[in-house]
Amino acid sequence: MANQPLLQIKNLTTSFRIQDEYYPAVDNVSLNVNENEVLAIVGESGCGKSALALSIMRLHNELNTKLEGEVNFKGQNLLSLSTAEMNKYRGKEMGMIFQDPLTALNPLMRIGQQIEEAMRNHLDLSDAEMKARSLELLKKVGIPNPERTYMQFPHELSGGMRQRVVIAIAISCEPKFLIADEPTTALDVTIQAQILDLMLELQEQMKTGIILITHDLGVVAEMADRVAVMYAGQIVEIADVYTLFRNPLHPYTRSLFNSIPSAAEGSDRLHVIQGIVPSLKNLPRTGCRFSNRIPWIKESAHESNPTLHEVEKDHWVRCTCYQDFHFPGDAEAEKI
Amino acid sequence: MTLLKIENLKVYYPVRGGFFRRVIDHVKAVDDISFELQPGETYGLVGESGCGKTTTGRTIIGLNRPTAGKITFNDVELTKITRRDFYKYRKDIQMIFQDPYSSLNPRKRVIDIIAEPIRNFERLSPKEERMKIMEVLEKVGLSPESIYKYPHEFSGGQRQRIGIARALTLNPKLIIADEPVSALDVSVQAQVLNFMKDIQKEFNLTYLFISHDLGIIRHMCDRIGIMYRGRLVEEGTKEEIFENPQHIYTKRLLSSIPQMNPEERLKHMAFRKEVNQEFKNNYDKYFDAEGKIFDLKPISETHSVALP
Amino acid sequence: MFKFILRRSLIAIPQLFLLSILIFLLAQAMPGDALSGRFINNPNLDPAYQSELRDKLGLNDPLPQQYARWIGNLVQGELGMSYVHNVKVETMLESRIANTFWLGLATLILTYLIAIPLGVIAGRWPDTYTDKFIVTYSYVSFSIPIFVFALIMLYIFGFTLGWFPTGGSVDVRVEPGSWDWYLSKLHHLLLPALSSALLATTSTIQYLRNEIIDTKLKDFVKTARAKGTPERKVYSRHIFRNSLLPVAAFLGYDIVFILGGSIFIEQIFSYPGLGQLFVDSITQRDFAVVNVLVMLYGFLSILGTLLSDIILSIVDPRIRID
Repeated sequence: MANQPLLQIKNLTTSFRIQDEYYPAVDNVSLNVNENEVLAIVGESGCGKSALALSIMRLHNELNTKLEGEVNFKGQNLLSLSTAEMNKYRGKEMGMIFQDPLTALNPLMRIGQQIEEAMRNHLDLSDAEMKARSLELLKKVGIPNPERTYMQFPHELSGGMRQRVVIAIAISCEPKFLIADEPTTALDVTIQAQILDLMLELQEQMKTGIILITHDLGVVAEMADRVAVMYAGQIVEIADVYTLFRNPLHPYTRSLFNSIPSAAEGSDRLHVIQGIVPSLKNLPRTGCRFSNRIPWIKESAHESNPTLHEVEKDHWVRCTCYQDFHFPGDAEAEKI
Repeated sequence: MTLLKIENLKVYYPVRGGFFRRVIDHVKAVDDISFELQPGETYGLVGESGCGKTTTGRTIIGLNRPTAGKITFNDVELTKITRRDFYKYRKDIQMIFQDPYSSLNPRKRVIDIIAEPIRNFERLSPKEERMKIMEVLEKVGLSPESIYKYPHEFSGGQRQRIGIARALTLNPKLIIADEPVSALDVSVQAQVLNFMKDIQKEFNLTYLFISHDLGIIRHMCDRIGIMYRGRLVEEGTKEEIFENPQHIYTKRLLSSIPQMNPEERLKHMAFRKEVNQEFKNNYDKYFDAEGKIFDLKPISETHSVALP
Repeated sequence: MFKFILRRSLIAIPQLFLLSILIFLLAQAMPGDALSGRFINNPNLDPAYQSELRDKLGLNDPLPQQYARWIGNLVQGELGMSYVHNVKVETMLESRIANTFWLGLATLILTYLIAIPLGVIAGRWPDTYTDKFIVTYSYVSFSIPIFVFALIMLYIFGFTLGWFPTGGSVDVRVEPGSWDWYLSKLHHLLLPALSSALLATTSTIQYLRNEIIDTKLKDFVKTARAKGTPERKVYSRHIFRNSLLPVAAFLGYDIVFILGGSIFIEQIFSYPGLGQLFVDSITQRDFAVVNVLVMLYGFLSILGTLLSDIILSIVDPRIRID
């Protein structure tokens, strides 16, 4: 068990109840995250990436969510734990960084209290020790005046400072694993750069395994070691970051790259993916889920029951349609 | 001929304080900026939140009152004329808003949304009006049958195109697009951006494109103005700004954009550190004693920088 | 924060001023004045003497002058004479203010004792049978008029079961000031207070329930769970605290609601408080008393909303600006 991954997700399916019927938003996903590794999960809104992140921490509302499969953390299946047992992992072994730092902090609690809450849950420290540690954490995440911030309320801080506090909370018990759900989407570019640099720096120091959820391929390029691309609840491609950016294979990955202005440099036109992401309820659950958005690719190129294929070492692609994929002439791709 | 000329525009908001809430200070949302738009070009106004770019756009269209300065559109000084006269020019300047979800009234049908500007400015019979609306809808690539649908029946990209259709009905000359795609997914973004380029050619439109996303700005704009704390720090053609940035803030902004090449990430990170260091070390070189940004000075025919 | 409270209190002054003008003008439009009560039993009195007396009392002065005198007296506690009973209004109010105060306080306490647990239970476990029961109760209580409900309560618990007295504020046979006297007072209070409270709970229950359901979905609750905070503490430290905030702010409005309700309640339970006096004065066209009472009710309402704002500024750090 020496090479056991830190986190191993096996056939995870997360279904949400819509009018008494369960629909999978995360559909049979398997993933590994190793220690000291940043795995980015990319996709557009509704692809299931955030649902996946919340499933690992089991933060969905249990009344209308069904989790199937396994989420093994250091060999323990988290899905089989009771809530009380799960709470021993949350905050201690695994931390979470949320998208919007304004709403992620309790508006009525002082910053210091919010940082100490996790320590109070997991560590046996005196109040003075906790305070000392909180101040140290605030300093570590680059807050200029920790003493003052310790006593402040969230609304008194700027967006970048708040996100630093959220990070301080996430790392307060020195977890070995972090989930960052769009950690910089709500921030300005210069602040985004600062936060990303901070996360990389902390990761280097603490050797944490990180799942980074994002829609921004630029952020992926800056941060990730490996990348999983998600579409309609499934992983369609997974590879290390260099391979994926050099040689993206799945039609969806390639379309995504070609629709980004800065990547499509030189060309005057951006690629437009035809049609729209099907809603959870209307998603066709058989065949290649991306096939109806690349109608110019002949039907026979798709598998009837597409699986991930390992096309080169550690580079997996779903469905065989990537072999025949090409972009259509500009004119036909435009019409919707 | 210049289509739009902004001269020394200032927009201040009062800050009230003290016991009687007297005006004690001003927030200088826009503090003395000048720029021009030539017909048919796309001018990008870039900056981070709170830099005044949105206020500038809203002031041009008359949603905010300028504190001082001149806005000249087609040789008419908009800042001098009365509200009623201003109305006449409103139809030549239209705006596309950021959020396609909240900028369309959910209780109105597409036909009523798009007809609103027509009803405000022109007198058409219901039949003519419908013809006209179906025409614009076709231009933005939506089926003419959709006129009786409600906004929630459309996807984000389609909604943004309804917003554009509304802006197009009066054949405007200038469109102010305030973060038109930042609420959309990348693939939908591409759709709207392509489309904006198409109609620009077709109708010879001039765009004032306001955005925080330098990738999109680079893709869309001919000339770019970088705003910071209510002032312009640098202005130039796309090439000048991206290839030869002069002001430290421009450099900082550029160094903050994530690179799409993972192999260069360490180099890029080092560059970012270097720029931030220079920002700290040579602060006085780029900002005056009060931390204010200097006035723009031309360094070439098209390129100006705020340096002493 | 002190500054905020002071500024907010100062805003109440023009509100009161406008209210007083309105009441004064309405009073002028009413038939009868300070002298009608005294002369009513003596129709043979010389009209010339009457008008002389009116002149002397300043009742023929220009309106602004009369207003200034009226408001001046009011501020100094000179509330005028009752037209009907020919006694000072202060004297009429004296005992009744205390009665209404105790009734209002008891109602308020009962309201929160009932509403907060019910709201919390309904919000904590929504869509369960308990929740459905609570919501139904709050809708039913919202739709029953207070005077119908009070009559039913009086009939059941007062007359049929005989658990509570059916009128008055205290048993007159008990010696005032004794322990039994206080108990008797409380006994007289309970039924009217409970009747009023059971109807006043609606807004608090509904508000608290919705607020808890909304707060549960907030991101900071996810943050709290992601820290490994036990469910019980997630509720007590994060959800309830944040949900009680707007409810606390409703305190002032609840006071206003209860005050309005007390007019009916006191009448039905023959409870000698301000509300009963108000109804009696209206039926007897005793406008001197009515004016003072309207002014008093207005004053208390403004005070109630003021209280709400101040409470909110204390519990919510986001409102503490400068």
